[in-house]
Amino acid sequence: MKVVLEELTKKFPNRNKKAGGEVVAVDHFCFEVPDGELVGLLGPSGCGKSTALFMICGLQKPTEGRIFFGDKDVTDLPPEERGVGIVFQNYALYPHLNVLKNITFPLENLKGEDKLTKEQMREKAYEAAKLVQIEELMERKPSELSGGQQQRVAIARALVKRPKVLLLDEPLSNLDARLRLQTREEIRRIQQETGITTIFVTHDQEEAMSITDRIVVMKDGRVHQIGKPQDVYDDPVDLFVAKFLGTPPINIFESRVSSGKLLIGDEEVLDVKGVKDGDYTAGIRPEGFILDEKGALSCDLNRVEVMGRDVSVVSENDACSGRTLRSIIQAENKVDLSKKKVRFNLKKNKVFIFDSDGQRVRIG
Amino acid sequence: MEKDQYKGWLYLLPAALFLAAFLVYPLVDVFVYSMEEGYNFASQKSYGTGLYNFSYVLHDPYFLQAVKNTFVMVVITVPLSTGIALLISVGLCSIEPLRKLFQTVYFLPYVTNTLAVGLVFMVLFKKTAYSDGLINMLINFFGGESVDFIDGPHAAKMFVMCLYIIWVVMPFKILLLTSAISSVDPNYYNAARVDGTPPFRIFYKITLPMISPTLFYLIITGFIGAFKEYSNAVALFGTDLNSAGMNTIVGYVYDMLYGDSGGYPSYASAAAIILFTIVLTITYLNLTVSKKHTYY
Repeated sequence: MKVVLEELTKKFPNRNKKAGGEVVAVDHFCFEVPDGELVGLLGPSGCGKSTALFMICGLQKPTEGRIFFGDKDVTDLPPEERGVGIVFQNYALYPHLNVLKNITFPLENLKGEDKLTKEQMREKAYEAAKLVQIEELMERKPSELSGGQQQRVAIARALVKRPKVLLLDEPLSNLDARLRLQTREEIRRIQQETGITTIFVTHDQEEAMSITDRIVVMKDGRVHQIGKPQDVYDDPVDLFVAKFLGTPPINIFESRVSSGKLLIGDEEVLDVKGVKDGDYTAGIRPEGFILDEKGALSCDLNRVEVMGRDVSVVSENDACSGRTLRSIIQAENKVDLSKKKVRFNLKKNKVFIFDSDGQRVRIG
Repeated sequence: MEKDQYKGWLYLLPAALFLAAFLVYPLVDVFVYSMEEGYNFASQKSYGTGLYNFSYVLHDPYFLQAVKNTFVMVVITVPLSTGIALLISVGLCSIEPLRKLFQTVYFLPYVTNTLAVGLVFMVLFKKTAYSDGLINMLINFFGGESVDFIDGPHAAKMFVMCLYIIWVVMPFKILLLTSAISSVDPNYYNAARVDGTPPFRIFYKITLPMISPTLFYLIITGFIGAFKEYSNAVALFGTDLNSAGMNTIVGYVYDMLYGDSGGYPSYASAAAIILFTIVLTITYLNLTVSKKHTYY
């Protein structure tokens, strides 16, 4: 089932009544989620991604805009008539019910023709439990489960009614690092096995990049960029997106362009034909540096961190915001630690320049 | 480890001494009194030891009346006050505007003096030479005949008594229940709403189990409190409860000690021990039931 959001907007009244006005949590969000895709809503906390999710779910009413599931306008439908399943950040498993009863809870509300017998409910619950591999935990109470197991139960409960759309609100944020890796693979597997259109919210860009078909980068209620994770990483539309994606983060420099050359400090580092002269912010991905004794950019060598497959060179440059920049180069390149200086050439496709508003300026 | 234990006991000592002096000793003493026949405060003497005191108390029509009254009060007021308090709390928690105001209004009886409230009930119910009371005026208005609630038939008195008790004990219950209900994680409700759970089922399947510890606490303390009912009866019917036929077990104990028929500590002790046994049994039953139905 494809999900279409048209100019979706949510405004909340300001809590501080004297200040008046409204807080815009989601601002004219337009997006189409193709059928069967896994989409990540990505952004820093407070950017409105959860609000957007709750509107899709039907728990919150949009101030403006429409929501379509397929061709059907569901904006005014209550959650249960939309056919959505949701997993909350803290899972919201009913603590007084065991796993089986938690999973059958949604089924017990079915009325009329859809009404199921106890046996059918049990069967469906076991089907869902099998999908997330928790069949042996059915008699336990949520408090007797680990975080990862609770997560699976929550997913099973969301899936048991065979929803057309599965929504996950920060599904991994309550898990430890190792479990997080495991669970995100798991979510990907379940999503692909069931083929359910899935939207999940996260503030962790690595999480979003690794498993989604498509990411939506949001900030302050506005969508900054939508695209395949790799495309967004390789081709950010603005400074915020460039900074938000990637670990280690992109290195930011104060720079200027003078007669087709990009200058960092006083060094001409790159040809940028067709870009108007002026001050710009330059972002260089850590992997955009090539170690070269005659390189264009010179930095004060600080230290080298060995990571096995590659090494991370930490150096300093006055033009760099925060002074310290981090570049990742292949381990075969030997860095002479006795020298105080280190020089780099730059890969053109890893350098992005932005105007004073943070908008991307295309190079040649 | 052993040293730590010794330390622990040392820390407990002040509280333990206090409890021993003011709780354990009196309890034992009451038990001893209840076994001493015809004990006299003045001469500090008794005639003998045995179960005669219990036998006397259990055959005393005043005591039987008091037990009957107490049980009626318990059976009527505990479920009603808890049930109504629950309804009001759910209502309070689901309204947004004026919630604070209503909470304050419902809490007023708790901070009002029992006897002052008794006075209000007198205005409502008492028949005097000048007026039949507000409630009777209402009854008359709808074509009914005046009922003497304070000095009339037993059932009428019991009605006023129970109404009064319910009104007095409810604020505390509402206070605890509203805070219990509003501390339920709203995500449970959201999850239930997404699954299309009807409101009554949400209440029955989620709210109720989540607040069950508070609810059972209120039921248990409600039972204990109702069994110890006395001052409210005095507020409505005066100190001569026996002649009003509205005495309670605690009232009976008091009367045996200090009342007009006072000076019988042995009977008083026996009655007190009987009350203690009843309360203990009911509380035990309560706890047994609650273990099955409470989620912590």
